[in-house]
Formats: sequence, C-alpha cells, structure tokens
Amino acid sequence: MNKPTLRSYQKPQKLSDYPLGTASEAGHLVTKNSGWRNERPIITDACINCLQCYLYCPDGVILKTEHGLDIDYDFCKGCGICEKICPKQAIKMEVE
Amino acid sequence: MSNQITAKTITDSEFFYGHKACSGCGGSLAVRIALKVLGEGAISVLPAGCMSAVGFNYPHLCFSNNSIISTFAGTASMLTGVEAGARAVGIKNFKAVGLAGDGGTADIGIQALSGAIDRNDDILYICYDNEAYMNTGIQKSGLTPFGAKTTTTPSGENIHGNIRPKKNLFEIVAAHDIPYAATASIGNLKDFMNKIEKASKIKGTAYIHVVAPCPIGWGIPVNETIDIARKMMDCGLWYLAEYENGQFKLNKNPREFSSIKDYLLSQGRFKHLDDADIEILAAQRDAKWAAIRKNWNTTEEEL
Repeated sequence: MNKPTLRSYQKPQKLSDYPLGTASEAGHLVTKNSGWRNERPIITDACINCLQCYLYCPDGVILKTEHGLDIDYDFCKGCGICEKICPKQAIKMEVE
Repeated sequence: MSNQITAKTITDSEFFYGHKACSGCGGSLAVRIALKVLGEGAISVLPAGCMSAVGFNYPHLCFSNNSIISTFAGTASMLTGVEAGARAVGIKNFKAVGLAGDGGTADIGIQALSGAIDRNDDILYICYDNEAYMNTGIQKSGLTPFGAKTTTTPSGENIHGNIRPKKNLFEIVAAHDIPYAATASIGNLKDFMNKIEKASKIKGTAYIHVVAPCPIGWGIPVNETIDIARKMMDCGLWYLAEYENGQFKLNKNPREFSSIKDYLLSQGRFKHLDDADIEILAAQRDAKWAAIRKNWNTTEEEL
C-alpha cells in the first residue's frame, strides 16, 4: 500500500521561506476532507469482500487490510456510492 | 484474455488521493482508476478543468505520480514534449498520459490532439466526458447532448436546452487512423481498466473517451453517479467500442434498450424535455445503432 498521507505544514513566516513556484513533492496532503461529510459509511459483517466499493469509490478511501475492508475517514466525503454499489447491502450510512 | 485487471489484481497504491472533487464525482473516479492501472511510471498532464482544480491546491497536492498542469489548449502538445523529454533523458518505463475534460478535448484542445495523433506520438490521451464545462459552473461544451440544460443553453418556453447534438469525438479521433481508440464508462470499470491496460501497451497514440457523470451538472443525487452511467449505456445513449487496425468494434451489443425517458427524466438537466424532444433523442439513438450494427464488427468479445 502506497498512498499520499497527511502531514503537517508550516506556513511560510518570512519572505525567504516562500517557494519559487507552486511545484512541490508529489502526494503532499495537508488538509482533511472529513468535514464535508454528513453521513459516514459503516461496513458491517455482511461484507463478502467482493471489493466493488473499493473499486468504485471516487476518493479511494476504502482500504484492503488483513481483516477485510477499512475506511479512511479522514478523506471519505460520505457520497454513499459504496452503499449503492454493494451487492449485499453490507454498507450502512450513519448520520454524523 | 487471461491477464485481466480486476478489483483483486489492481495495485493497492493510490495515485490520486485526498483530492477536493465534489462528493460523488465521476471524473475523479476515472482519473483515480486510470492512474492505478498505469502505476507510478505515469507522467500525467492535466489542462484547466475540474481535475487540475481539485488535484493541485498548493500546498495540498493530490497526485503521487509526476503530474503537471498544461495550458487549456495544449494537453496533447505538452504530452508530446513530456514523452520526447523523458525519452531524451533516458527515463525508462514511463507513460505520458493526458487527463482532460470534454471541453478541453472536444473544443479547446482538439487542434493539439489532432496534431499529436497526426505525428503518432507515443502518448495516451484520456478524455473524461461529463458533458459540459463543469469546473466553471456548467456551460455547454461540444459534448453536451441535445436537450441538456446548462447555464449557456437554458431551457425556456421556445428552446428546450441545447439545440445541437453531441459531437462524436470517438469517431473524429478514429478518422485520423489512430493506432487505438476506445470508448468507456465509469459505469463499467472492468472494461475501462482493461482498455487502459491495452492502450498503455500501444506504440503510438492511444485515445480513450470515458463517460464520467457529474452529479452537480447533471442534477442527480451524489450517490447515483455510477447508476446513471450504467443507465446511459442501458438505454443506448452510450456504447462501448474500440477502433483498432482500421476497424471499429462494438464491445457490448444490447439485445434491447431500457427506457430512454427514465434515463433522461431522472436528471435535473433534462427535466424540461417534452415527448417530442425525447422522440428526437430516441430517433438519433436508433439511427446511430442501425449504422453501428451495419458497419462495425459486432462480435462481442471480452477484453
């Protein structure tokens, strides 16, 4: 598993701290998206690990782990595509 | 084909992550899946459009492969330069890939795209088609379908949204006698993933046109992005096809179509259409499919 991770970012304090351009290291994440969410998906025991939610998530926040699927709630926007795509209705949306 | 890419075999790595696309965005799914298939060797070029706006918010940068924003009109010409440059400095195992919207491809970037295909540069161009300029607030593009309401083609008493049909960009590209072109949809990711895999192995220019619904612009709930993409194929307003070795090939030939009316009226942008408008769209669809079935290879084969 290799994906960009959240890291802390120091705002430039003085002129010499400012970069010359807006180019930077790839995969440099400094803010979460979790505040966009009204509902959070919960994966229940009915999951058969068919990976359709993993594949169709626009944000790629459903992660394969040794113990089945997990969700990165830092970047899930709560769109509910995973709930709809699930053939076993194993994902429930819960109001935040 | 035995080496199919599936949800099980595709890499766990994410190359487009933490992006600021709207909830339920179809375009971001197309970009995410394309980069997962291509892997870290992908050098992506994005013109002005949703995906560059949501991917590059300095210092928040969501691509974990090498990625750059091009001019609006210059996706394909920058790809040409990236490919030549990477080759000149001896980089191995890379793929220059363009990820442009429908406006950036069919209207503003079509000259550069045409030039790149003409030179047969070794690049992959992916157009994610959400059928209007969504990033700037839903203006009509050359790929906006007949009848769709946008801010520049409003619906009123006399004119019911866009009065012109959708440009057939897949066949425009194929008419260059390109080595490989294909249509796809985020409603069928298995097909899309394997077309990208196939296109990435092509020597010369490859083009993939992927339909990627936009919940905001199409007027649908954010969790229905995939469903509407599937309905669009089921009702015959989109088809999965390829162009290779001078031949058109249809990948899926549905025996019957689902209701075109259901597809249209479930979207805010088509709500105003009357039966006569829907008849026009149905007639255009039937004429297109008659031509496809007459002239193209319609033996269905799994990719």
